[in-house]
Amino acid sequence: MKTKNIMIVGVGGQGSLLASKTLGRLLMDQGYDVKVSEVHGMSQRGGSVVTYVRYGDKVYSPVIDKGEADYIISFELLEAARWTEYLREGGQIIVNTQQIDPMPVITGAASYPTDLVTKMSESNHKVDAFDALSLANEAGSSKAVNIVLLGRFSKYFDISDEAWNTALEACVPAKFLELNKRAFALGKSL
Amino acid sequence: MSKTLLLGNQAVARGLYEAGCTVASSYPGTPSTEITEFAAKYDEIACEWAPNEKVAMEAAFGASLAGKRSFCAMKHVGMNVAADPLFTISYTGVNAGMVIVVADDPGMHSSQNEQDSRHYAAAAKVPMLEPSDSDECLNFVKAAYEISERFDTPVILKTCTRVAHSQSLVELSDRVEPAMKAYEKTPSKYIMMPGFAKKRHPIVEERTAALTEFAETSSLNRVEMGGKGMGIITSSTCYQYVKEVFGDSVSVLKLGMVHPLPVRLIQDFAAQVDRLVVVEELDDIIETHCRKLGLNVEGKSLFPLLGEFSQNMIAEILGAEAPKGHALQEELPVRPPVMCAGCPHRGMFYTLSKNKITVIGDIGCYTLGAQAPLCAMDATICMGASISGLHGFNKARGEESESKTVAVIGDSTFMHSGMTGLVNVAYNATNSTVIILDNSITGMTGHQQNPTTGYNIKGDPAAKVDLEALCRALGIQRVRVVDPYDLAACEAAVKEELAANEPSVIISRRPCVLLKSVKANPPLSINADRCKSCKRCMKLGCPAISMKDGKACVDPTLCVGCNVCTQLCAFDAFESTAK
Ligand SMILES: Cc1ncc(C[n+]2csc(CCOP(=O)(O)OP(=O)(O)O)c2C)c(N)n1
Repeated sequence: MKTKNIMIVGVGGQGSLLASKTLGRLLMDQGYDVKVSEVHGMSQRGGSVVTYVRYGDKVYSPVIDKGEADYIISFELLEAARWTEYLREGGQIIVNTQQIDPMPVITGAASYPTDLVTKMSESNHKVDAFDALSLANEAGSSKAVNIVLLGRFSKYFDISDEAWNTALEACVPAKFLELNKRAFALGKSL
Repeated sequence: MSKTLLLGNQAVARGLYEAGCTVASSYPGTPSTEITEFAAKYDEIACEWAPNEKVAMEAAFGASLAGKRSFCAMKHVGMNVAADPLFTISYTGVNAGMVIVVADDPGMHSSQNEQDSRHYAAAAKVPMLEPSDSDECLNFVKAAYEISERFDTPVILKTCTRVAHSQSLVELSDRVEPAMKAYEKTPSKYIMMPGFAKKRHPIVEERTAALTEFAETSSLNRVEMGGKGMGIITSSTCYQYVKEVFGDSVSVLKLGMVHPLPVRLIQDFAAQVDRLVVVEELDDIIETHCRKLGLNVEGKSLFPLLGEFSQNMIAEILGAEAPKGHALQEELPVRPPVMCAGCPHRGMFYTLSKNKITVIGDIGCYTLGAQAPLCAMDATICMGASISGLHGFNKARGEESESKTVAVIGDSTFMHSGMTGLVNVAYNATNSTVIILDNSITGMTGHQQNPTTGYNIKGDPAAKVDLEALCRALGIQRVRVVDPYDLAACEAAVKEELAANEPSVIISRRPCVLLKSVKANPPLSINADRCKSCKRCMKLGCPAISMKDGKACVDPTLCVGCNVCTQLCAFDAFESTAK
């Protein structure tokens, strides 16, 4: 099988590490070779962050390059736009429509771009945009945006609910497991 | 045993465990930090955060001398700090095995420069291994201990951001702890005064020759013959990119040991291929070695000397097909890292910015004070350089700068290498004003304890440095503490200490808001009728405050109710949402 590529992008502090850990675990359990490349350190402080998840029979590079991603899961609208170039022809974007102003927008040096969903769709990409923040709040915490997105993402994927559950149980701290299972179900039900 | 998905750094820690390492002393630095954090989860390894890399390496040497396998880890610039012991431990060699991890950061994801640590292996004449994924991280640690003991040398394991911070599958085994080695007093081996050192140097040269011979046949280096049109010599993550692009269509010599480099192995490989190319990030170390062997090789004539490589870059440069993406035809605002909402550093930087103070800076979360709108920093070089730099600045300009220039330095950085600079201020007498930004943690690298926090790496209570007493003992009489959430107090302290006729230290003290022990206040909200749109609060650069429809607006998911903005607002527009 040719290596498949999933990018998880967002703003430092939004919980992308838990999402990539869960995905990595899920894919490993399916018997794939897996590589997950994360960002730690400086850019975690509210900067733009990107995580690469790759799986297949044999995965070499830990990173995804421009034009390679099959999926981009984005925690924030502007970040989806920023990484669109990494999507392959006909690739799929799954994006939380939440907008978080970056510092240049806050200081007034730049403005938050408009109509991003339309613009992303124009270049032959498929865009699935929805308000994951509201669903996370409905599940019980704004922090569960990551798992709501995974729930939504699971619809594009032929992997059983049991397998997802096992991965969640292995990666999510026990105290937050129920909340995150709710978040996953809400994302999936959409 | 089973396969599991491990981060490169976690796999190094597992390797330490399996290889029977007993003592690990490190100083944090991205991308090396998690190694020692993961190692600390094994009770069999005595782990610690040392105050700096030099102390860490010397502690690891001591443990090796005593007869137990030891370890230390650091980021690339940490090696500059630890270079002094390294160059001489190369001469003494070890008793039990000693392994050092140095983690490079090509692309500078989290660093102030892009130096190539391989130069240290060559300069200090110690072997260096370079893993290309997590499985190699684990197994190369074990190999490194064997080499260390067999060749009587410290061994460096070099990683980089992509290896350290990528997860891949790893096979685990059990721990095998070698028996403690006997310690025997051996002055000619361990006391490096000229008479003895002169006798050790030839041994080092012979060792390098023996290690070169080892490199010819070691399984750490391997040839993967494929198409013979092109032969690529590479290592680390570049190996992965090369395989990703070419698979078996080219031949690859993968080097797992990057110092010393083999001779015959490379010559034989070169003889079998039509075109010889070296793919290495940063400097041209392998390429230069090939040239010395008289080989016709391409390397930096094709590839850059800076930044990270990737599969597309290698494909394009070497004439293979690379996919292309479609970027949006629109200029997107950048999203740089920012000081967190409620960060205790902010109040002090606002004060410095407002009073147009020249700030000789240092490295830590507070370096973000350099960014707009605070812009309260003039220079940042390396850890500790703030205080020593301020002293030199004041020596050069005298009273004129002494009254309007400060140094800022974090608590961990002060312990690392700020203390000696402060001694110099007192001893060589400049009227300098130093601000220690004490947020009770090593923030930048993700919350490590340090000697000022009162806890050790395991979170257990530990001896706590009394910063006030320490500064006095170092020769500074004027030492005062302020709460950076209190803007009036910050301003008074800065003005008074700059005006004072002797050197002084201001300790700006409040714990990092991200610490679990710190409870957030309810978020603030804006009374839109009161907000006069003066934008004074925007001068703080707080990510929780923005202007929406002409009025200030607070993001309740980010605000922690620190009330610094409240003190700035002349119209009482900020209100507590507390019930
Ligand atoms: C020689 C060296 N070692 C390690 C690092 C990585 N590093 C950068 S800042 C820092 C410590 C910051 O802690 P502190 O001074 O307490 O400031 P804070 O981030 O908490 O504000 C570390 C470990 C480095 N840049 N240079």
